[in-house]
Amino acid sequence: MATSIQLDRIVKAYGQHKVIHGIDLTIDPGEFAVFVGPSGCGKSTLLRMIAGLEEISGGELRIDGQRMNEVPASKRGIAMVFQSYALYPHMSVYKNLAFGLETAGMKRDEVRRRVESAADKLQIGPLLQRKPKALSGGQRQRVAIGRAIVREPKIFLFDEPLSNLDAELRVQMRVEIARLHQSLGNTMIYVTHDQVEAMTMADKIVVLKEGRIMQAGRPLDLYNDPANQFVAGFIGSPKMNFLKARLAEGDASRRTIEIAGRPIVLERPIEARAGEPLTFGVRPEHLAPGEARAGLGNGAVQLVEHLGGSTVIYTETPDGQPTTLLIGGQNAVRAGEQIPLGFDPAKAHVFGEDGRRV
Amino acid sequence: MTMQSVATDLGGANAPAGAVPGAARRAWARNGPAYLFLLPWLIGFFGLTLGPALASLYLSFTNYDLIRSPDWVGAANYVRIATADPKFAAAMKVTFLYVVLSVPLKLAFALLVAMAFNRGLKGLPVYRAIFYLPSLLGASVAIAVLWRQLFASDGLVNMVLWQLFGIEGPSWISNPNYSLYTLVILSVWQFGSPMIIFLAGLRQIPTDMYEAAEIDGASKARQFWKITLPLLTPVIFFNAVIQTIDAFKAFTPAFIISEGTGGPINSTLFYTLYLYQEAFGFFRMGYASALAWILVVIIAAFTAFSFLSAKYWVHYDD
Repeated sequence: MATSIQLDRIVKAYGQHKVIHGIDLTIDPGEFAVFVGPSGCGKSTLLRMIAGLEEISGGELRIDGQRMNEVPASKRGIAMVFQSYALYPHMSVYKNLAFGLETAGMKRDEVRRRVESAADKLQIGPLLQRKPKALSGGQRQRVAIGRAIVREPKIFLFDEPLSNLDAELRVQMRVEIARLHQSLGNTMIYVTHDQVEAMTMADKIVVLKEGRIMQAGRPLDLYNDPANQFVAGFIGSPKMNFLKARLAEGDASRRTIEIAGRPIVLERPIEARAGEPLTFGVRPEHLAPGEARAGLGNGAVQLVEHLGGSTVIYTETPDGQPTTLLIGGQNAVRAGEQIPLGFDPAKAHVFGEDGRRV
Repeated sequence: MTMQSVATDLGGANAPAGAVPGAARRAWARNGPAYLFLLPWLIGFFGLTLGPALASLYLSFTNYDLIRSPDWVGAANYVRIATADPKFAAAMKVTFLYVVLSVPLKLAFALLVAMAFNRGLKGLPVYRAIFYLPSLLGASVAIAVLWRQLFASDGLVNMVLWQLFGIEGPSWISNPNYSLYTLVILSVWQFGSPMIIFLAGLRQIPTDMYEAAEIDGASKARQFWKITLPLLTPVIFFNAVIQTIDAFKAFTPAFIISEGTGGPINSTLFYTLYLYQEAFGFFRMGYASALAWILVVIIAAFTAFSFLSAKYWVHYDD
């Protein structure tokens, strides 16, 4: 039976300095939630508060409805995988995996059964007698995950577990963690600053900035309907294009904005004050070189990246605003050329002066 | 500049005989300043360390009283030490007892204080300096004199015992049953140096290891035995070797407290004190040199044993 987690106005303060500002969040049983955000946004602090490694300054943490604020880490039914792996260097892999179970006073046969079962699951059986220093980064990561699995916790917590691995191994381990979640079905919380990891692994993404939740939801909801300019810019790669815009005067329907002097008619009215500086956002993959229902005029091509399966084109709009296009497949466009920047207005976003979506 | 002088300066294969001084000049120009800077150390090492050491090795096979020329006696000094010198056995016993008691106690106390400091105490640098102070003063004559006052029959220790508990303490220094232990306490009091090294070692242990253990439900005691102590073994090893060598060489406290006698009843007759008595009390320089070389062999054997045993109990991360 998977476990739910509720955060109710959770606050973390060091003296007078608040770093987490009253967070409300529910993580459903069996959900894979990813906390994502830039460095210093409070995602690891929030995870550590759930783990019981940081005191909660205010609000209430509940696991399966039970208040956990004062419950020690070992009694919360959680296991944690650390960014540095936190393997004990003087113990063999077997001893590392068995440490928590032996600490709990478990019988030797049961310890062996659990360790061997986890080792089979993670394919680290032949490594059990080695010391951590004799393991590669990927193997260490598996051992760290194994140490969490053997405890059969209700909740798994991962604190940037892949950030020390190279790109190829990161992709491989990402898939393995996702498979692990599918096979175990436990509630998992995963912290990363990598939005690709967040998009590929999460059932629910929680985007944090400066100790506040900017938006929480399913990955595609955040991608398609970002609540604000921060989320729009953080989710998606390459990053969403942002261009200066303003509400056109004289349009009673409030659907027309002007970008570089060109009127663009959107599908819905804009909830902004007249004259308020706006930001127009369109994802690189939603721009196309050619005529479309709407356009930004001709873009001067600055640089082209041929990735084989796709092409990234860096351009400038007629008023000098940088704009990136991501086109599927290969494209013969070259630097110095002019290409029309067309897009579907249904996929465009407009943000107000304070960054909210309007 | 002539062609010959060019060839000389270049030191080429075809250079005439005059090329060698040129090469030497260039070598001197290149390395001379380095040798000049090294000169004090070289004089110190050859003149004050290696030279006297080799001389004492020679003297250990002689009878020498500082006045007459050394008289070669072969291994007679060593034979006498091994077979006919009860004071040697007494000094050995006192020294080994001192080493066995003072080193573990000092290291344990140093570790205890280091762990207390490692908990993020406010004003840590000030406390660290205060606690390190005894290490700077500990081996000095002044502190040994103070120690003598503290543990005398009318000293502060007995005064406190009488005031607080009504116990009339003995004269700790003049009682052979206790005198060595006052020196052990003096040694433990000088815990500052190993404490600073322990503190540095403790700071090297990543906090997430303790956090992982905390999540695993390990108590503080289990964390200490299973994580702190094993991960600190390189530092423990270093401190143990250094402190043991120091303890074998301890001299000043015993000299001051026993007024150079090693008494009462040889109870504070440290090996180095006995060696000193033989050398500068009885002017038996040859015999004292033999004693010194035996101590060198004992310390070297202990150090070698420590390094050999290290692979079984010292955990190096890489």
